Amino acid sequence: MPLLPRSRTARRRLMTLSVAAPVLILAVGVALYAMRGSISFFYTPSQAEAAHVPAGQAIQLGGMVRAGSVVKKPDGEIDFVVADKRGTSPVTFKGELPDLFREGQGVVAMGAYNSSGVFVASQILAKHDEKYMPPELAAALKKQGEWHGDGAQPSYGVSP
Amino acid sequence: MIDELGQFALILALVLSLGQAGLSIAGRFRRDVTLAGAGEGAAMGAFVAIVIGFGALIHAFVTSDFSVMNVAANSHTAKPLIYKIAGAWGSHEGSMLLWCFMLTGYGAVMALARRLPFGLKASAVATQGLLGVLFIGYMVFASNPLTRVVDAPYQGNSLNPLLQDPALAGHPPFLYAGYVGFSVVFSLSVAALVEGRVDPAWARWIRPWTLAAWSLLTIGITMGSYWAYYELGWGGWWAWDPVENASFMPWLLGTALLHSAAVTEKRGALASWTVLLGIGAFTLSMMGAFLVRSGVLTSVHAFAIDPKRGVLLLGILGAAAGSALALYAWRAPTLKDEAAFTPVSREGALFLNNVLLAAATAVVLIGTLLPLIRSAIDGTPISVGAPYYNLTFTALIAPALIALPAGALLAWKRGDLRAALRRLWIAALAAVVTTLAIFGLVTPRSLLAACGIGLGAWVIVGALAEAAERVRLFRSPLPEVGRRIGGLPRGAWGMTLAHIGIGVFALGASFETAWRAEATEVLTLGQTMRLGAFELRLDKVAQSFGANFEAERAFIRVTSAGRLVCEAEPDRRLYAADGQTVSGVAICGNLLDDIYVVSGEPRPNVNGTQTHLIRAYWNPWVRFVFAGPLVMALGGLISLTDRRLRFAVTAKVRAALSPAAAE
Repeated sequence: MPLLPRSRTARRRLMTLSVAAPVLILAVGVALYAMRGSISFFYTPSQAEAAHVPAGQAIQLGGMVRAGSVVKKPDGEIDFVVADKRGTSPVTFKGELPDLFREGQGVVAMGAYNSSGVFVASQILAKHDEKYMPPELAAALKKQGEWHGDGAQPSYGVSP
Repeated sequence: MIDELGQFALILALVLSLGQAGLSIAGRFRRDVTLAGAGEGAAMGAFVAIVIGFGALIHAFVTSDFSVMNVAANSHTAKPLIYKIAGAWGSHEGSMLLWCFMLTGYGAVMALARRLPFGLKASAVATQGLLGVLFIGYMVFASNPLTRVVDAPYQGNSLNPLLQDPALAGHPPFLYAGYVGFSVVFSLSVAALVEGRVDPAWARWIRPWTLAAWSLLTIGITMGSYWAYYELGWGGWWAWDPVENASFMPWLLGTALLHSAAVTEKRGALASWTVLLGIGAFTLSMMGAFLVRSGVLTSVHAFAIDPKRGVLLLGILGAAAGSALALYAWRAPTLKDEAAFTPVSREGALFLNNVLLAAATAVVLIGTLLPLIRSAIDGTPISVGAPYYNLTFTALIAPALIALPAGALLAWKRGDLRAALRRLWIAALAAVVTTLAIFGLVTPRSLLAACGIGLGAWVIVGALAEAAERVRLFRSPLPEVGRRIGGLPRGAWGMTLAHIGIGVFALGASFETAWRAEATEVLTLGQTMRLGAFELRLDKVAQSFGANFEAERAFIRVTSAGRLVCEAEPDRRLYAADGQTVSGVAICGNLLDDIYVVSGEPRPNVNGTQTHLIRAYWNPWVRFVFAGPLVMALGGLISLTDRRLRFAVTAKVRAALSPAAAE
């Protein structure tokens, strides 16, 4: 076999490379291709407005559920308003809300704005823990000075 | 009093782990058997101390001792006993104690191992001791589960109701037993680098640990997935959520490790790669603990998180993994790793498997960490959706599954691909027939799903063909076949089972993903809704009571073409202790398929009648999704009982366990 290098090590390396390289190229190629359609950005209502998010683009919308804004229609649709300190955004969602969805609490919805500026949510991020605040939302709200973190400790206080 | 004793025991465990590391290192360098033996004794002592500490915490939970902060924050007198006990690992602090329990437990078993050579064992026990110092130190100083409160409350905060579930009570112990099982492989890998020797014997020593960790992790992930499936009421079983990925990455790399260790054991090749995987699997386990517990990534499964202490966990991860990888960079080039091999051979196939699994781990890792990387670069919060993972992961795993049956039939050193493929004609036939049948019969048509199912059939029948080949079924007289079946090592049976398991999973995952149906409707009593071929009628809604909750139970009659399929009874539970409402999912169906019903909040209708939001899913073949991994884990556990792979604990322990037999 004149095509193969004579040294054992070189041959081993060549074999390693010939198996690993196609797999690596496949992995990188597919990963880059798949990322184009799967990455969504996170906005609070005022950020979404400032960024002029086009209708139909999938994003995540985070903020506080405005108290008193939740309207549950008989056909199963739910309308509510997500607010941050500087802006609000109407949201509509059809389906069952997660058990921990509450008025006045933080929420992250996935979906897109429709042409009339209503955010149509396809999924409301479920939480397991009522004290949980998604990190993007926490960061965004902290920047606006609305929330200061630190709700996660039980109220009894820590003994020194 | 008992709490203070437990507290003391935890501190003692820290000191003993320090002693374990120090004595073993000293023993290793002075080649002093007594010192190294003392290090092993300290390892066992550390485990006993942690058991006492863990016992104290469980005691505090069982007796509802609310003067312990962790109990007050996570327990309640009205909770059923099993969830009081499970509450001991339901919190951040408790889960770290469980982690340390596993870590020292594995360390103690390793200290009992008798077949390991002196230097390797002393180095490994020392490494395990250093890991113990890091994690027990973190627990004692930053995350103490037995801290008392000044004013003990009369009642506790209760455990999050979502966590009060049998599958979830068992999920963390299995998951952690798997995660931390890789710590032994990590320690043995570091020890091999210190000793500068990686030989087939070393590969044989790490295999039982890898198998045990891998099997337990498989069970743990499956339990977690099943819990998320029926407890969260969203009808799915995997969402590529960061927390799910965190447990999946060590599993993927552990799977690669199982296969590369076989190559190192049989052929002495891939030695330094196996060592790297040994370090990598536990590194990803630690990273999993960090990602899950620190809450740096948005997750639907986030609980028991604490961002501030997450930094400390990151520090531990950096220290342990960083020093191990630095040691690897320094020492790996000196490892003898010269066995060359031809592409068409068992080791060639296993190498391909490893490259594909490592690449799959990498794409999952990139997807999981990309939001962190992006927000570190320009502060833009992004999220990576399930389509990314579905596409990349499938693209890398499908070739591995295609190659699997042929690879398993190739001989070591020099395989005959044509002969292997000839023996797989029946598997190929099964795959083609299944693909065509599914494509032709199931509507709406989906070629991709049909191919996925064909692939599952290919893997299952291929694994069976391989087993038949081993026992010369149909080619030898029956007594000969019987003798061969009896003589087959358990490792071979385990491998066949594990491969069947992955095939079964592929069947379920493909079918369920393509042909699941979903329907949401608002019903008044007596109304019906359609779900695929089924009709669901809401018969009545009634109050019912559980141990610590009140429930509103819906009675739904599921029929198909007028024939009764089942009565589904989903409920909504209000847990008075913390005012949280949780939906109780009703699952019914036949052998393979689930009808999955969730009842939503009652809503007054326009004309004043009460209506109920009912969500229902038809999840065909979903039971394969959970059965497949369990078959894989069973295969792993059967391999573990192989005589050749027995934990090298043997004589001493057996004598200690059965004094009568030793007489």
